[in-house]
Amino acid sequence: MANLTRRLEPYLYLTPASLFLLLVFVYPIVQIVRTSLLVTNAEGGKTLGLGNYSLVAKDPVFWQAAANNGKLLFAVPIMTLLALFIALLLFERVRGWKIYRSVLFLPYIIAVPVVATTFVYLLGLNGILNTLLRLAGLGFLAKDWLGSAVWVIPSIGAVIVYREFGFGLVLFLARLMSLDKEILEAAEIDGANWWQTHWFVTLPQMSAVIEFFIVVELITMLSWVFAYVYTMTGGGPGFASTIMEFYIWKHAFAFRSPGIASALAVILLASTTLLIVLQLRLRRQPLEQV
Amino acid sequence: MSDTTRPTPLRLPGRPVELSTRRGGGWPLLLLKQVILLLFSLLAIYPIYYMVITAFKTQENWLHNQFGLPIPFTMQNINQALDQGRLLVWLRNSVVVTVSAIFLSTLVSTLAAYAIARMRFPGRGAYLNAMIILMVIPPAVIILPLFVLMVQIDLVNTQPGLILIYIGMLIPFSVYLLVSFFRGLPVELFDAAAIDGCSNFGILWRIVVPLSSPAFVTLIVVNALWVWNELLIALVFLQSEELKTLMPGLTLFRGHFQVNEPLIMAGTLIATLPMIILYLFGQRFFIEGLVAGAVK
Repeated sequence: MANLTRRLEPYLYLTPASLFLLLVFVYPIVQIVRTSLLVTNAEGGKTLGLGNYSLVAKDPVFWQAAANNGKLLFAVPIMTLLALFIALLLFERVRGWKIYRSVLFLPYIIAVPVVATTFVYLLGLNGILNTLLRLAGLGFLAKDWLGSAVWVIPSIGAVIVYREFGFGLVLFLARLMSLDKEILEAAEIDGANWWQTHWFVTLPQMSAVIEFFIVVELITMLSWVFAYVYTMTGGGPGFASTIMEFYIWKHAFAFRSPGIASALAVILLASTTLLIVLQLRLRRQPLEQV
Repeated sequence: MSDTTRPTPLRLPGRPVELSTRRGGGWPLLLLKQVILLLFSLLAIYPIYYMVITAFKTQENWLHNQFGLPIPFTMQNINQALDQGRLLVWLRNSVVVTVSAIFLSTLVSTLAAYAIARMRFPGRGAYLNAMIILMVIPPAVIILPLFVLMVQIDLVNTQPGLILIYIGMLIPFSVYLLVSFFRGLPVELFDAAAIDGCSNFGILWRIVVPLSSPAFVTLIVVNALWVWNELLIALVFLQSEELKTLMPGLTLFRGHFQVNEPLIMAGTLIATLPMIILYLFGQRFFIEGLVAGAVK
């Protein structure tokens, strides 16, 4: 009896958390897969089929939304390189590095809807950015950044870089500060210049944390940008800034088409899962500590 | 998401490396670095600065003075935002939802993490791997079935319903972080306690929890920031104006007063102030917490 209790004990500890996970993840995922595969047939009944997926495949807005998420991925290398560059600068005992770190990290703690609302005004037709351009004699460059079908996604991408940059910075800086100083000093004694030191000594040791940041941000671009789009453009102009999450939300709650919303959700889920599985695969290889 | 067996590095080394002045370069290089850093800092701070100065401008002043300081200075926008909007109600709702979700998710995650870290049973590795996968599931994927379910059990448009969902969303990360922290605690402690006849729950409550405050601080910072800033789930599950949390409330507020920019900036300033104040006083916890939380 005591033995049985002992064997069951771990599961007892897992039960409360498992119940929440069943409610919030397992049940909804089973449901979206099921709903996405149900199609109304001629008699008004429901049959299994890929009808929703073929409708999605023929929907130009779906392709636009997927392409927009794809374009946002380009923000990831930009923010990674910027964060890495500034982290290296701060790392070299620049005067006031702590103050710089606090200031540069600040945007990351400000809520997305707040950042996004502020940028709506900064990027507006008569916003600060255009006023600056006009003052600099570059008035021909001024435009309605969020109202232009061409510029809206790059503009949203820039706002995301603005906020996420600080996270990369503190992450990279923390890793830099935990590096073995002796190796750096040895490189210096051997006459390595700034570029050589970082390229051959610093960066290889940071590969794990850089890879981690890139994966996190790629996932962010695929599946956590709803708040930016909802607040800044509402998916517009037209569908020019519609992204997958926004389109799922539209189909679920505005167009009331649960089948399509579920098919879209399954596609989004599959792409994020693919990314994280790839990341776990990479992790299997021996890597130094992050 | 690195090797889970090593102890969690919840402490950051204090200072950047001190290399010789040769590495620091001559004064032109130092100046260049300062200029670059100042430029980036200016970019980072400007939108926040803009929000603050605009919130204290009269509308006429703002129309022909976008850049300048708020002269004449007015509290009218702040007062109007507080009077006409429901910002204070939303602020209180956000506090209630954030505190409840964090308290309950930390509680259930601690139990689960303790079992995974300290007990042997079939499936514990799989459970931990499942946490990593669940961590990246976007809210957009789960909202529709959850909405249908919440309608059926009458929890839609209630704060408990929203809190339930947030608890579930926070568990994967919380369990993952706590497992790696608990595994880093010295084994001797557990052996000694077990020899003294302490039950598993006794060990958890009297030894593990008191020793894990760094991990709990990290969890609270990362999770509070997430819940406080979450928009999509709150938008879908709370429709009544008086039940809303701050973020969906803020988007509603903006819709009401679209053209009055100083008023909207006053609203966003009020909504942001709590986090900025927390950051100014507990900056260390934010930076170290987020780094530790990320470098799991």
